[in-house]
Amino acid sequence: MASVKLKINDKNYTVEVDPKMPLLWAIRDVVGLTGTKYGCGIAQCGACTVHLDGTPVRSCSIPVTAANNKNITTIEGLSTDNSHPVQQAWIQEQVPQCGYCQSGQIMAATALLKKNPNPTDKDIDTAMQGHICRCGTYPRIRKAIKTASQLMGQKASAK
Amino acid sequence: MKADTNESKIFKVSRRDFVKTTSMSISGLLLGISFSCSDTAKKLSGNPEYVFSPNLFITLNGNGDVTLIAHRSEMGTGIRTSLPLIMADEMEADWNRVKVVQAVGDEKYGDQNTDGSYSVRMFFTPLRKAGATVRLLLEQAAAKEWDVDVSECKAKNHEVVHSSGKTLGFGLLAEKAAALPMPEESSVKLKEPKDFKYISKQSSIVDLKDIVTGKAKFGFDNNHLPNTKIAVVKRNPEPGAGLKSFIADNAVKVPGVIKVFTLDAPGFPTTLNKPLGGVVVVAENTWAALEGRKALDVTWNKGMNADYDTKSYNNAMLKSVKTKGKVRRENGQVDKALASAKKIIEADYVVPLLSHTPMETPCALAHVHDNACEVWAPVQDPQGVRKSLAEALGMDLKNVTVNITLLGGAFGRKSKPDFVVEAALISRTMGTPIKILWTREDDIQHDFYHFPSAQHIKVGIDENNKVTSWLHRSAFPPIDGTSNANAKEASGAELSMGMIDLPYAIENVCCETQEAEAKIRIGWLRSVANIHHAYAVGCTLDEVAKARGVDPVQNMLDLLGDDRTIDFNSLTSEFWNYSEKLEDFPWSTARFRHVIETAKEKSNWGKSLPKGSGQGFAAHRSFLTYVACVVEVAVDANNKIRIPKVDYVVDCGVPVNPERIKAQFEGGAAFAASLALKSEITVSNGAVQQSNFHNYQVGRMSDSPYETAVHIIESNEKPTGVGEPPVPPFIPALCNAIYAATGKRVRQLPVRLA
Ligand code: FES
Ligand code: FES
Repeated sequence: MASVKLKINDKNYTVEVDPKMPLLWAIRDVVGLTGTKYGCGIAQCGACTVHLDGTPVRSCSIPVTAANNKNITTIEGLSTDNSHPVQQAWIQEQVPQCGYCQSGQIMAATALLKKNPNPTDKDIDTAMQGHICRCGTYPRIRKAIKTASQLMGQKASAK
Repeated sequence: MKADTNESKIFKVSRRDFVKTTSMSISGLLLGISFSCSDTAKKLSGNPEYVFSPNLFITLNGNGDVTLIAHRSEMGTGIRTSLPLIMADEMEADWNRVKVVQAVGDEKYGDQNTDGSYSVRMFFTPLRKAGATVRLLLEQAAAKEWDVDVSECKAKNHEVVHSSGKTLGFGLLAEKAAALPMPEESSVKLKEPKDFKYISKQSSIVDLKDIVTGKAKFGFDNNHLPNTKIAVVKRNPEPGAGLKSFIADNAVKVPGVIKVFTLDAPGFPTTLNKPLGGVVVVAENTWAALEGRKALDVTWNKGMNADYDTKSYNNAMLKSVKTKGKVRRENGQVDKALASAKKIIEADYVVPLLSHTPMETPCALAHVHDNACEVWAPVQDPQGVRKSLAEALGMDLKNVTVNITLLGGAFGRKSKPDFVVEAALISRTMGTPIKILWTREDDIQHDFYHFPSAQHIKVGIDENNKVTSWLHRSAFPPIDGTSNANAKEASGAELSMGMIDLPYAIENVCCETQEAEAKIRIGWLRSVANIHHAYAVGCTLDEVAKARGVDPVQNMLDLLGDDRTIDFNSLTSEFWNYSEKLEDFPWSTARFRHVIETAKEKSNWGKSLPKGSGQGFAAHRSFLTYVACVVEVAVDANNKIRIPKVDYVVDCGVPVNPERIKAQFEGGAAFAASLALKSEITVSNGAVQQSNFHNYQVGRMSDSPYETAVHIIESNEKPTGVGEPPVPPFIPALCNAIYAATGKRVRQLPVRLA
């Protein structure tokens, strides 16, 4: 057992867990935040994506100890009121079908846009290739990323 | 408090309506069951705490809040939004004042088996009537209040408006309406389609905001009961064969593991509703359960399918369709016509076992205590789950409660109750709430797979370039074979999905089947037998067009013949019209022709494309919905296939929720592209060889259509489903496009060009 300090969405948690436990299960089972999903457990589907110090990671495939003292952002921490431009865009384009994969998709899209505010189709393909949506919302995800890029651009120029 | 005569009358009206709409199992929908006024309600007009529940589906509070029941399962189609919208529209409720509440699994709601693309088809009219009845009651209540004739009162946007302009809000009228007798059916008028305010209009799903903020609760997210433990099961790689022995010493040493024990295997046949059994590991958290399971040392029994090998099995099926099988439809004399044909088109088609892999794997939370059982689970068929639980636990149905969570995708997998029964059996043993979870490996290795199949089609063209004969042989194990070892013959219903319902005006038609045994669990996958039948038929039609020297779209129109409704019952005694009578939902070649012609126009069919690109066409009616599909592909020098554009034309009668219809077709195209291009389950020595997304591949963003345009035909015909119909025509249209681009015919799935 190890004592791990997790800072999730600006809140501090100390968890006593098996140091090998993947971050995903620490977030879901121990901390109790269920917005981050399980889809494969082997870094193939992207459903479990969270940000670790701003970088998207597959929480199913990194041990909880790797997140010790780092800043973790989950879907619940993106905004409390749907106000993040990526969430806005997701609502505008009505992306979700069943919705299960969407927290991972949104976390990946957010990280992409932070690095690359105006991604091309190719950039989007590359960034989102690791994210499976069995409902097939891919064209709308692409559209929503472009919409979010515009919304963020407007926000930036308004400043 | 209630008027029994009126109650039973409305009840009868609703029931009759249901029986008319469908012959599927209906246990009675109690629309307008009673006025269940809350006992605490004070007799005060406008009491905000007053609760007016004129029927099972609609509740109006004195403060104007409306609660509508969603009784079908939400797995991504938007049904949890679309059905309440229908009621709100007829009721003239303001959608912003509406709260949608998910029903538990209970026969009183009528059919809840969310499968077969019939939610809207079955419930459109009854739910409209439910809403319209409440609207009329509110108008009558206002008329009484104002002492005017009801004809002067019109419900509009959450209030009743008098012709003089004065208004009364719905909330204020709740108690007054509750005091009125149920109106006669004849006095309940449904809206004219032109007056719809939500039906056929744009609207977003009720769960949208919760999904994008991570608040939405799926089955996987339910462990809200205190002291919930997590369980996983290690199952025999050969489904059905039992356990020989196991050593748990290392497993129980894993910190957090609480208990290891066995669940009985069902034996053979495995059946559609029993768990597979195995060794159960219960732990404090998911990780401990998984680590504990990994540490198990298990020896399995070998069963009757220990030698199952898909390669030899598929080869045997392929061989079988080369010879005459059992005739399931016969018109004219195919042998004779083929013998005298000038040209013959002949090909075989093979489709592998396919897995559903919804993004949320099977999972359930169950609590069995004091001779009662309550579960929270992502299930398509809550009443079926309830019955299976009662049976497995030896409990009275009334002691079993099935709460339906959001489903993280399903595609047919979650119409089976096995994983929920597992959770309940484990909870009974443990005496605590149990959340069971299936890993992706569990899901892919122990699914109810789409049938493996082989088909042979032979078509004869005479000297006048006319198609005169069509011979189609199909071999695949029926779904019934999962529960019944003697069932080796495809059912009429399975064959009416794209084979014996061949709509073309061909004089000599013969459809035959060969037997095949279910060697693994077989189940429904989105569009079921339409997947392989539409693929073979759609590709054959393209070959026929080439042989006739006619454009594929024109070829199909030629074969379709004059506009008519086809009496399939006279063509084959085994025809199944998706549980509907042909007089209620006729097979209309005019509607089929219309989607075909529209697709030709909308897709810019025949446009010039660069080398390596091509368009392909197919059309198919399934689940009573008519669909035409044009797929454009671009194949590069490395045989990498891209799909820049898809055009769908759909005639599903009244399009209730056009935005979600579009979403279903966009998603259906991606799902079908995934099946055709990526996915294959193989079995060796009785065990599935794939285990996760690295070797059971599914479509990712760049494999999926870049753009899917969905053209919906305006229609006042009865609405039909859209969840499954996008899939069947896509695959042949894709394969025909690949042929146009590369000159290569695809006769086996998944597509392998190299
Ligand atoms: S669950 Fe982590 S990538 Fe699939
Ligand atoms: S929306 Fe269902 S898996 Fe993506």
